[in-house]
Amino acid sequence: MSVDLVVVGAGVVGAASAYFATLAGLRVVVVERGAIAGGTSSAGEGNVLVSDKEAGPELDLALYSQRIWREDLAEHGDLWEFESKGGLVVAASEQGVASLRALAVHQRRAGVEVRDVTRSELPDYEPHLAPQLAGGAFYPQDAQVQPMLVAAHLLRLARAGGAQVRTRTEVTGFLRAGDRVTGVRTSSGDITAGAVLNAAGTWAGGIADLAGVHVPVLPRRGFILVTQPLPARTIRHKVYAAEYVGDVASSDAALQTSPVVEGTAGGTVLIGASRERVGFDRSISVPAIGTLAAKAIALFPMLREVRAIRTYLGFRPYCPDHLPVIGADPRAPGLWHACGHEGAGIGLSAGTGKLISQALVGQRTDLDLTPFAPDRFPPAEEAPR
Amino acid sequence: MSHVHDVAVVGAGPAGLAAAVEAAEAGLGVLLIDTAGQPGGQYWRHYDRIHARPEDRIGHHDWPVFTRLRTRLDELAAEGRIRYLPGHQVWLITRDAEGAFTLRVTAATSTSATAGRRSGDADPTTLAAHALILCAGGYDRQLPVPGWDLPGVLTAGGAQALLKGHRTPAGQRAVVAGTGPFLLPVATGLARAGVRVAAVIEANATVGWLRSPAGAVSAPGKGVEALRYAASMLRHRIPYRTRTVIREVLGDGRVEAVRVARVDGDGRPTGPDEEIAVDLVALGWGFTPSLELPLMLGAETAQDTDGSLVVAVDDSQRSSVDGLYVAGEATGVGGATLAVQEGRLSALAVAADRGHPADPARTRRLRAAVRRARRFAAAMHRTYPLPRAWPDWLTETTLVCRCEEVPYADLRRAHHDLGAEDARTLKMLARPGMGWCQGRVCGLATAGIAAWLGGRETGVDDLRPLATRSLAVPVPLGELAALAEETTPAEALDEGGRNGD
Repeated sequence: MSVDLVVVGAGVVGAASAYFATLAGLRVVVVERGAIAGGTSSAGEGNVLVSDKEAGPELDLALYSQRIWREDLAEHGDLWEFESKGGLVVAASEQGVASLRALAVHQRRAGVEVRDVTRSELPDYEPHLAPQLAGGAFYPQDAQVQPMLVAAHLLRLARAGGAQVRTRTEVTGFLRAGDRVTGVRTSSGDITAGAVLNAAGTWAGGIADLAGVHVPVLPRRGFILVTQPLPARTIRHKVYAAEYVGDVASSDAALQTSPVVEGTAGGTVLIGASRERVGFDRSISVPAIGTLAAKAIALFPMLREVRAIRTYLGFRPYCPDHLPVIGADPRAPGLWHACGHEGAGIGLSAGTGKLISQALVGQRTDLDLTPFAPDRFPPAEEAPR
Repeated sequence: MSHVHDVAVVGAGPAGLAAAVEAAEAGLGVLLIDTAGQPGGQYWRHYDRIHARPEDRIGHHDWPVFTRLRTRLDELAAEGRIRYLPGHQVWLITRDAEGAFTLRVTAATSTSATAGRRSGDADPTTLAAHALILCAGGYDRQLPVPGWDLPGVLTAGGAQALLKGHRTPAGQRAVVAGTGPFLLPVATGLARAGVRVAAVIEANATVGWLRSPAGAVSAPGKGVEALRYAASMLRHRIPYRTRTVIREVLGDGRVEAVRVARVDGDGRPTGPDEEIAVDLVALGWGFTPSLELPLMLGAETAQDTDGSLVVAVDDSQRSSVDGLYVAGEATGVGGATLAVQEGRLSALAVAADRGHPADPARTRRLRAAVRRARRFAAAMHRTYPLPRAWPDWLTETTLVCRCEEVPYADLRRAHHDLGAEDARTLKMLARPGMGWCQGRVCGLATAGIAAWLGGRETGVDDLRPLATRSLAVPVPLGELAALAEETTPAEALDEGGRNGD
């Protein structure tokens, strides 16, 4: 068969790309080796955040995505439980508060809404917070979605617009005409296409390898603890400690945990977020979940007696410079990428999908994609170890 | 880390008790961990020795087997050859590079467990063993039916546990429904406790054992047992209605009646509905094993004759994971006698694998007994299958998952509109099995519905995602936090915006 675009991967980024490409008039086939949203899209908290980003290209993409979530996709928000709950970042020391204030100055300049929160105002935001905290900052734009529902509904809407979704279909190679990519070989037949979009998330490096190009996406493991259901509004916002921003931007391979605590509609509380570079190791790490629990209790002492009912883990798709890869690959014309969003892929998916669809049909993109260029990395053999 | 035991046995029901005693007698240092405050498991559930009455053993089979094992446990524990840890639940097991198992435990929450905890033993949270025999038993298999979430609906096992453990009948007029021979002791037990049992509603066609010659010959004692129940049913004038199912439980705020109908061999209604007024409904669809712990360690699984997911083991109860042995219901639901034999066999295998060879004749005898009992169990499973078309009984509003209040309509929508083709995706998109019980109640039903909607027979791939749990039981965050302090230095909460670089 022949289509305009093959999207590789039915996670949230592939789904958003398929949705916007279909809206733009392209005939789209999504191929997915497993089930829809079965990878990292089903292993996160559903963050749509601006608070954790320093000024720069990622924050610009996050702010652009805010617009897409709240305008282009607003009518569907209820389908995926879009909740503009706001994020509260807290600091334990005066020095931490000072860092938060400094970060906010740059964020405000980029267009982020930030409210300074004093020590005495903290209980108004979160009555159960530990009393010894020094202050914080509130980010009303921070929101949450149920990411698997986002992917599933965007794919449903794309299908309604004529797209096809083929699960349990693995890409095994590329069709080429010289350098040019002209389609994919799959476990259930060839598909020729004007363009192929690599939206394979943490596994995108392998897809790029099949096309003979180097895109350094690596797994960065994270655990989340889920508690028993608590009464509604026990924890009202997404609450995290200031160190989270530092951890997100870190390249350290060792275990890092910064407490990120939030309530959900069902009453359970989600506790993240650990970060480790340990490959695709799926075994439970007692130090990781133990440290998450300890730090969550430090933020909310009432959690000590609350029971964890499960934990889950996932692998963030992580690039060495912590920026996603979005755009055409000049090394293999016809191949495009939308991957490497690390822990921010849910929030950034909406903007990424819209931008890539603009680029695919030759429109000027709403945001400059240069910082996300696929060929910005050194070749594989020269990559830093 | 503390002392590494030769072998840890998890569960002190028929399989676990037998395994622990046998392993200790073979010369191994044994750790026996059990959720309950006293040994015996669900099967030999009983009062503690102070509150027991002689008549409590009525309805307990193999009681002398139990008392002998309990006596040996007491003696071996007193000699220090078994470290018995009642009132504790294992929530995580990991295996280190050298092959030793680390078990994380938490105090069980129930009061009976607290009562049985030994005061001398400092409350441990981390234990270790070179080999592991998992004997976690099973629990009631449940199928949703309209109205099953009304107060007054119990599982058959739950109704019996109330009788055995608390001497409390849960109503005045009952039906016992579902399939399998277990419905009979539940019905006669209720009748003895003064409950008027309006009927036993059996989905399948036959009284069973006697119609399955291979099985009945393999276990002659069971035929006698069947006759005894039949006599007791007669004495209590309990009608036994086969090829009949409950189509709906009716009631306003609690059970008032059930609507029953005759069905064909697949469970599809063939006759008109009939109402029976009751205030207690006990539903029993057989049992299904607890698999959290073996699945956590990656043991290979298979599907048993009754459709349940079970751990695949060799003829010495060895699983696919080195050092991991599984005995009892987790290798296939087959009752207490079989569980005791498997428990003994697994202990002999551990002993042999750890350099204490067992008497080969004894091993041969146990293997032969296990084979016979397995044949009988398979014959029973074939006689009392789950009706193939049970999802046909569901209406759009029937709750499949009670914790998360997920109606059948949500599962259908997730499948038809959102592309949830498999059980895991169904769970993630519609939330069955995501609540407090983590799919213990609705897991089988959700797997069955995923297969039903997909037009296929329920298979291992449907069952396994719903049986796998990251934490075997809920754990207080405070206990998790204490483990972090054990293994990594606790960092200060926050010192500025950029730590860790």
